[in-house]
Amino acid sequence: MTHPFLFLQWITDQLHLHIGEHVTYTWLVMAILIVVAFLASRSLTLVPSGVQNLMESVVGGIEGLIEETMGEEGKAYFPLIATFALFILVSNLLALIPGFYPPTANLNTNIALALTVFVLTHVVGIKKHGFGYIKHFMGPILWLAPLMLIIELISHLARPLSLSLRLFGNMYGHEVVLMIFLALVPLFLPIPMMLMGVLIAFIQTFVFTLLAMIYIAGALEEAH
Amino acid sequence: MEFFAWCVMAAGIGMGLGAIGTGIGQGHAIQGACEGVARNPGASGKILTTMMIGLAMVESLAIYVFVVAMIILFANPFTDQVLELVTK
Repeated sequence: MTHPFLFLQWITDQLHLHIGEHVTYTWLVMAILIVVAFLASRSLTLVPSGVQNLMESVVGGIEGLIEETMGEEGKAYFPLIATFALFILVSNLLALIPGFYPPTANLNTNIALALTVFVLTHVVGIKKHGFGYIKHFMGPILWLAPLMLIIELISHLARPLSLSLRLFGNMYGHEVVLMIFLALVPLFLPIPMMLMGVLIAFIQTFVFTLLAMIYIAGALEEAH
Repeated sequence: MEFFAWCVMAAGIGMGLGAIGTGIGQGHAIQGACEGVARNPGASGKILTTMMIGLAMVESLAIYVFVVAMIILFANPFTDQVLELVTK
């Protein structure tokens, strides 16, 4: 139900390697990002031009977003958030090229990303508050604490589930819709859906990074 | 074989029901955003980003239904057992 021909998958089949297509395309995304970062930072100039200009605006935009959502404290988490944003955006946009498979259309990749956010929020919270981090789960009233603890635990456990399933469902659903339209009317009809795909790619990247930031900021702030 | 007919029906009807609620919810969100922009066009940038986040959150409900429908259609865990019972 995805692209009929994936060239990296074809290459691994020729070499008789059994690697999932999401793994090979994750490597491709990593290679793209490394090459672009290398080209952008190879010869830094005071007046940027070309690739450096593009990357400076992208990184500056992400930095502004972090400062807007998390305040000064968020600066420390810039590498992680920016990596999420760039990786998810490039993988989402990869879906629009024929022969390419977006790694985010596979649940394994997304669960890896969401679990990173989940573990990091709690590590950051415990590092900052020590044992007092448990106050985040207790609610405002003491005698309601046992009830609130269960509710908060469930809501915290639902976070990685919703983060990963949202990204996966959007990307996979877009793939399926595109394939069905391509099978029905191959000429011109898929183009509006692909335009929508560009929109979805940007919005889902934005939502994932913003939610990651909100979760980390929530663990950092003082309990009520 | 009736089992598979019911599976297809469940996926279709479930997706439809999920889409109804999500559509109403997103409509409310967009209504609020439009009214806000009409009253204060200067705040349209901030309203747009907040609305997009809200829409993505609401949309995830429909996405859950979609994932369940895809599981029912393509990765049904009971398929092997049912086929075994049918061939018996």
